[in-house]
Amino acid sequence: MSWLSLHHRLERHTGLLIFGILLVSAIGGMVQLLPIVSEDTHGHGLPGSMLYSALELEGRDIYIRESCSTCHTQQIRPLLAEVKRYGPYSRAEEFVYDRPFLWGSKRTGPDLHRIGGRYSDVWHRLHLIDPRSVVPASIMPAYPWLATNAADHRGSIQARMRALAKLGHPYTAVDISGAPAGLEGKTELDAVIAYLQSMGRSNGGQAQP
Amino acid sequence: MTAGVYVAAELVWPTIDWGLPALSFGRLRTAHTTLVLFGFGVSALIGTAFYSVQRTSHVRLFAPGLAWAVFYAWQAAIVLGAVSILAGWNAGKEYAELEWPFDLAITAAWVGFAIVFFGTIAKRKVDAIYISNWFYGALIIVVAMLHIVNSLALPVTAGKSYSLFAGAQDAVVQWWYGHNAVGFLLTGGFLGMLYYFLPKQSEQPIWSYRLSIIAFWAFVYTYIWAGPHHLHYHAVPEWLQSLGMVMSLILLAPSWATLVNGIMTVSGAAGKLKTDPALKFIVLALAFYGLATFEGPMLAIKSVNVFSHFTEWTIGHVHSGALGWNALITFGTFYFLVPRLAGAPLYSARLANIHFWLALGGTILYALAMWGAGVSQGVLWLSLDELGEVRFSFNDVMAAMRPYYLLRFLAGLMFLAGAVLMAWNLARTVAGRRTILVAPPAIVGAGAPA
Repeated sequence: MSWLSLHHRLERHTGLLIFGILLVSAIGGMVQLLPIVSEDTHGHGLPGSMLYSALELEGRDIYIRESCSTCHTQQIRPLLAEVKRYGPYSRAEEFVYDRPFLWGSKRTGPDLHRIGGRYSDVWHRLHLIDPRSVVPASIMPAYPWLATNAADHRGSIQARMRALAKLGHPYTAVDISGAPAGLEGKTELDAVIAYLQSMGRSNGGQAQP
Repeated sequence: MTAGVYVAAELVWPTIDWGLPALSFGRLRTAHTTLVLFGFGVSALIGTAFYSVQRTSHVRLFAPGLAWAVFYAWQAAIVLGAVSILAGWNAGKEYAELEWPFDLAITAAWVGFAIVFFGTIAKRKVDAIYISNWFYGALIIVVAMLHIVNSLALPVTAGKSYSLFAGAQDAVVQWWYGHNAVGFLLTGGFLGMLYYFLPKQSEQPIWSYRLSIIAFWAFVYTYIWAGPHHLHYHAVPEWLQSLGMVMSLILLAPSWATLVNGIMTVSGAAGKLKTDPALKFIVLALAFYGLATFEGPMLAIKSVNVFSHFTEWTIGHVHSGALGWNALITFGTFYFLVPRLAGAPLYSARLANIHFWLALGGTILYALAMWGAGVSQGVLWLSLDELGEVRFSFNDVMAAMRPYYLLRFLAGLMFLAGAVLMAWNLARTVAGRRTILVAPPAIVGAGAPA
């Protein structure tokens, strides 16, 4: 058989085998990734999908540090039960300033994409320091250290905003120079709450059900 | 593995992180997946690849000094990387959480792995490159490609970087990586292990050479398309989701072609299965491979995924693969390798048998607990009442998970106890002491560290 003799040559040539594997495995990725990542998404944002403020960005980076997305998704699927439970379904335009995306893959806790404005700051404060004080059956970890750590205690907020500006986020020089003032006197807890309250504020351009 | 059991306990008793950031669920769970995937999984793959490539090529390793450097660099990068995650360095991408300094370090170690491996193949004295080496080769090439693209980021400080991709684009890149890291590492790499150790230990040749060629190339081509099934009903294009689902279903064919090849290979050595612990582990792993590669495509069907997605079912699926397939075949290779390396017979076949049953029982209990939990979550979350409103609050469903979480913790403990038993058995084998067989000590049930 001819294909067998072709393979006979392939499995005797190290370089040919390496090249073959690379070629065959790259096809699927190229077809799926290139059309998606080559699209320029800037300017596609909904009116409400605003940039994160310095405080919200700090909160988001703490959310990443604590791996909150291990248990909380930020992705409401267009299913009746999900829209009823969590709010308008998630749309791609809402995430153009999310680096990395934090959609998550597991709901040990509830989805958070439309959590903004649902609870008061005070509720979040109590809940993050001791979840079981407001939700007795909760299995969420307590985060007491957020209340004692000063926000941006490493002093990297401007460097972070400059990096994001380089990647295309429209932060202005004024935004960046004013960032430390926006974090002055705030704790990590304040930052996380500001981020949670900002979440899903555009509502995906849809009315509440 | 111990970290895994601990985080499982945290879901039953949420306050046992003692208010310490490093023991907090999010950080510890991330350290658990990193250590298991890159510490346990990749170390087992590099070790067995270096062992088998020499024997299938009839030459010593190319650049043995570099091979040692790969060992030390990989161990150091993963151990320090896990510490960095506990300290709060986190790139935020699932199964790629290590920050950019570690991404660079593991890339360098990986290049060393590739040079030693392909260098050894290039100077082989055997005419054809044996099939286990195709799979190990695919592991090296494809994982390098995935890791480099997915980790592209702009560093800000030593412990912080931002992904070059944002939002939905980042999601598509991440699941191309995430799914195929499973594919080429946990499936493809471990198939390389299977293709060497199964015929060796059963003393049977591979049943069909042609089937192995077809299965290999179909696997390499098809697997890479399946990533978008992680994004069903998400904010990514519909064509991408459908394509991901169809290719995931097609993937069943090459996966099971290898399964058939494996089963037919071992069928000539059925008698040896009764007495040989290493072969028992490898064949049981093959069975779990078959189950997990059937369950995967089923979960990728959109109408099934709508229930299973975001639930414990996914966790159960991953663990029936990771415990049942990856860990069991690795245990099999340990029972194969260590007596050979120590030049002494296995200290206790009886302990290995007890380990076998603990591992099997632990895996099955784990899968059962997560099926129960996952199916409950899937059905209860989407359940609507007569008025079209959600029937159950999130909290009610969460509270109903407690017995399943407890069962999962016990299953993990059982699996871990077996692994501890193995470690002791192998340590005694290496020590080379011959003692009269003693009854297994108390560590079987209760003494395993949690």
